[in-house]
Amino acid sequence: MNAVAVDGVWKFYGDFPALRNIRLEAPEGGCLALIGRNGAGKTTLLRTIAGFSRPGKGRIEIFGKEPRDIQARRRMGYIGHGISVYDELSALENLTLYGKLYSLPDPHRAALEWLERTGLARVAHGLVREFSRGMRQRLAVARAFLHEPSVLLLDEPFTALDDRAIAVLQSLLRDGLAQGKTIVMSTHQLREALELATHVALLNRGQVAFLGPCTPEMVSDPGYVYARYGEGG
Amino acid sequence: MRDKILYGIGAIALAIIVRNLLVMTTLPEEAQQGAIFKIIFFHVPVAMTAMMCAAAALIASVLFLITRNFKYDSLAVSVTEVGLAFLAANLVTGSIWGRVIWGVWWVWDARLTSALICWLLYAGYLMLRHAIEEPTQRATFAAVFSIFAFIDVPIVFFSIKWWRTQHPQPVFWGGGSFPPDWFAVFMWNWLAMVLLGILLTAVRLRQENAQREIDSLRRMAHAL
Amino acid sequence: MRFARLVWVVTVKDLRAELRTKEAINASLGFALVILILFSFAFERSIEGVREISGGLLWIVFAFAGTLILNRSFARELPNDCLDALIAAPIPGSALFLGKAFANFVLVLAVELVSLPIFGIFYNVQWTQQLPELMLVLLLGTWGLTVIGTIFSALTVNIRLREVMLPMLTYPIMVPALLGAMQLTSALVAGTPIGPDTSSWLKMLIGFDLIYTAVSLVLVETVLVG
Repeated sequence: MNAVAVDGVWKFYGDFPALRNIRLEAPEGGCLALIGRNGAGKTTLLRTIAGFSRPGKGRIEIFGKEPRDIQARRRMGYIGHGISVYDELSALENLTLYGKLYSLPDPHRAALEWLERTGLARVAHGLVREFSRGMRQRLAVARAFLHEPSVLLLDEPFTALDDRAIAVLQSLLRDGLAQGKTIVMSTHQLREALELATHVALLNRGQVAFLGPCTPEMVSDPGYVYARYGEGG
Repeated sequence: MRDKILYGIGAIALAIIVRNLLVMTTLPEEAQQGAIFKIIFFHVPVAMTAMMCAAAALIASVLFLITRNFKYDSLAVSVTEVGLAFLAANLVTGSIWGRVIWGVWWVWDARLTSALICWLLYAGYLMLRHAIEEPTQRATFAAVFSIFAFIDVPIVFFSIKWWRTQHPQPVFWGGGSFPPDWFAVFMWNWLAMVLLGILLTAVRLRQENAQREIDSLRRMAHAL
Repeated sequence: MRFARLVWVVTVKDLRAELRTKEAINASLGFALVILILFSFAFERSIEGVREISGGLLWIVFAFAGTLILNRSFARELPNDCLDALIAAPIPGSALFLGKAFANFVLVLAVELVSLPIFGIFYNVQWTQQLPELMLVLLLGTWGLTVIGTIFSALTVNIRLREVMLPMLTYPIMVPALLGAMQLTSALVAGTPIGPDTSSWLKMLIGFDLIYTAVSLVLVETVLVG
């Protein structure tokens, strides 16, 4: 069974189709890079897979279950454009909160562990509003990985990260793939993404213009996919 | 609905109203209030029609949430707007009536007060729609609010009526029975109001569907 | 029970965040104080006169000041896109809704319990004669306000003119509950216990609370996810 399966999905805003007949899969342990220009529908697709809105037509399955199914949500981690942590709470309080929401057996310990892994142990009790940008981003990463999700949905995760945060995220993603996690990642940073990717999907105007394995040519010349399958249509 | 049918409905409604107006002038005047009492032939039927519109809006809203078909959303907004207009007619006729009998432009009579609250409720529905740009979100949230609003309608009527029995104010009409010829005029007028409501809803529905199509074409044009 | 624990987690989170910044509760208390002062300019201050309108006055204060807190309820999830994380978390929408509703209930009740003595002092009114029954009315009326305010806070969180829309939508729906609460409060402040005359209002309040809590629980997923 594929970790993520999208079948015949359409997403409408009113009568306007933002996603048109999307069909793609991410096999378990694979990393699918979603590329495409702005407005192609990458964010819409990721948010629909994550269950933030319902598709107008078609089916989405995460390990065979609907995205809104409680079991599916437990196994999914999402990083969007915002950091999704509370400014008024401390880093430890934030992670403990999410640990409890995900019904982890020992939320406090898990929180401390992930603060350690993202280099935030020193500032565990600091309020997030006092953090630097890089620290906030690393906390966002900790939040997404905290409950050991099997599927990670990342919307342009490398955009606006500082070098330290990029290093932390790449290391976590590499480790995750080695452990068999599945990643679906939209990106503009082709180089970082394609180094990790096993599959590539190019979105153009809400449709899948190309879907296939990630080849060495793509990694050495990221613009190649765009040139061959991209604009025009 | 096709044009011919709409013209037909309009003609029938007009014919009924004109005939009723003629009949009304021949009916005897009411004992205590005089000629103005005949405003009841419009004051009450428009309220009843407005309530039918509210029920139709509820059904359309629920159907939209179940099927996600936008034609139900168009129906919901059209029938709510028409209902709002009829409710306003109820408030205005009530105000005129009060002015003639008691010399004041407004009385906090139980039914009039309830009608005012319901008017605010459904005006809120339209305000909510105006505040949401994205069509799917607008339709969904409006449908949810329509359900909340409709549930409130009977609660509003009951509670304000109870309040008014505790703190009585003059009432327009006790609710005694009509003599048969009055009853006939009343029912025919109600039919005319319902036909008028259908006509207005159909026209508004047509406009709403056209607007939706324009909006989506505009979006597609921007995306090119 | 897992559901109850998740509701508790959400309630504690909201209360902790609010008590740390105290933005909404300070604004709400300040607003309540201002309204109480302004109304004192408007009314003749004979004791009987004030007792008659005490229910109306108090619930206008509670409803208006309460809206400031209810507005924040889902609005506090907007910065940093926290609402996304809450929706994605494996908690039922109803648990999220109840958690927030309980937190709002506590905050609004706190403002009310501070406003009551201030009212008593400003208007020279003894309001403690039927205290247990008055507290019951406060709890029931506040829960109705909270339920409607919380679900509409979720409804209006992402739309234009949110601060204006929330009161515009909430107050008309609240009319029956506010009316009932006002009638009961006026009677209780005047010293009359709840009797056959007023017990219907109590039943109506309870019915209102039950109906709208049920409707909100059913529709909250639709509001959050669409």
